[in-house]
Amino acid sequence: MRILYCHCAYARVVPVEVKNDVLRALTEADASFEAVPDLCEMSARRDPALKQIAGGGTVTIAACYPRAVKWLFHAADAPLPDAGVHVLNMRVQPADEIVRELLPAGPRAVDTA
Amino acid sequence: MTASTPLRIVLYEGLGSRPLADRFEVTRALLEQGYAVTGARGKGREASGPPAGTLLVLGRFTEEKPREAEAPEAGCTVLFRDVDGLDRDAIVQVVEAARAETAAARPGGWKPWFPVIDYSRCTNCMQCLTFCLFDVYGVSKEHKIEVKNAVKCKTDCPACSRVCPEVAILFPKYKAGPINGDEISQADVEREKLKVDISALLGGDIYAALRQRSEHARTRFGKERDDKRALDERKRCLAKLQQDLDIPPEVLASLPSADEIRARTERAVAETQGS
Repeated sequence: MRILYCHCAYARVVPVEVKNDVLRALTEADASFEAVPDLCEMSARRDPALKQIAGGGTVTIAACYPRAVKWLFHAADAPLPDAGVHVLNMRVQPADEIVRELLPAGPRAVDTA
Repeated sequence: MTASTPLRIVLYEGLGSRPLADRFEVTRALLEQGYAVTGARGKGREASGPPAGTLLVLGRFTEEKPREAEAPEAGCTVLFRDVDGLDRDAIVQVVEAARAETAAARPGGWKPWFPVIDYSRCTNCMQCLTFCLFDVYGVSKEHKIEVKNAVKCKTDCPACSRVCPEVAILFPKYKAGPINGDEISQADVEREKLKVDISALLGGDIYAALRQRSEHARTRFGKERDDKRALDERKRCLAKLQQDLDIPPEVLASLPSADEIRARTERAVAETQGS
């Protein structure tokens, strides 16, 4: 399963502490991930990376409201499939709940020596 | 690559590259500069494949890497930079230098505020197109309403979503639901319709309201010949509408006339009929 994290960098609608806690857990875990500055901005420019994400199989997306995420991808000609996509809402869900769903095996720190 | 394609960053920690220190701070700093970052680990979950354009791979490499390599099968150029011993700010500088070197687009610089259409609700009525002052909307070859010029949208103006009778227009960065993408309840639908009923607006609901109040004010103040009070009343009326609809005052002040709205509607209808 792939992980996509949206930093919503150009607005203050996602609580900063939630964004930071989720990103910290993600970067400290032994997991590969895609982190994008802002899905809205990518959608507006129809970034081809959105097609790769939409067409690449099962993905969990940490961003905002699922309805917004769905139609942002659609607007970029990269519709998300009906199955295999799980959207977590950092605007309303607490960080620990999101981290549990993103990293069900739990964050595992990697050696930085 | 084209100048419009942004540089994408890979923080590589796997075979031939030791783990990075401060990966949270580095990732956050790059995101805030507008760069997309792939965290690639030697094991664990998969990341997406390389995108078209230029990929900048940062790592603490144990073997010397070429500065640049072609990956024709992936349709991209790959740059490698060793960031061993560099702190967050120095890594950001490395990325900025690589961006300049490749003439990749400078990321960011625009608050991405624009409408997003929920086509599961949209009835293609074109009222958003006829109402929008900024030519954000257009009609597709399939005669469907679409957002054609997202960058022309007036930042923080959700006016078109207010006039949509189906609550089908989202602004993901809006503060409140359902415009921000939150689920829509029947109460939301009713409330949105109460705020502005566009079917009435095309007949001039807002204009009618303004006219009515203006007439009322004229009658009331005409006798008194008090222009200042009449003006104040108009300002109060506009302020109330602005507050109710959360529409920037300059937008409200430049609403198209009823005739202009009708003309736009006719053009939009003609376009959808392919004539």
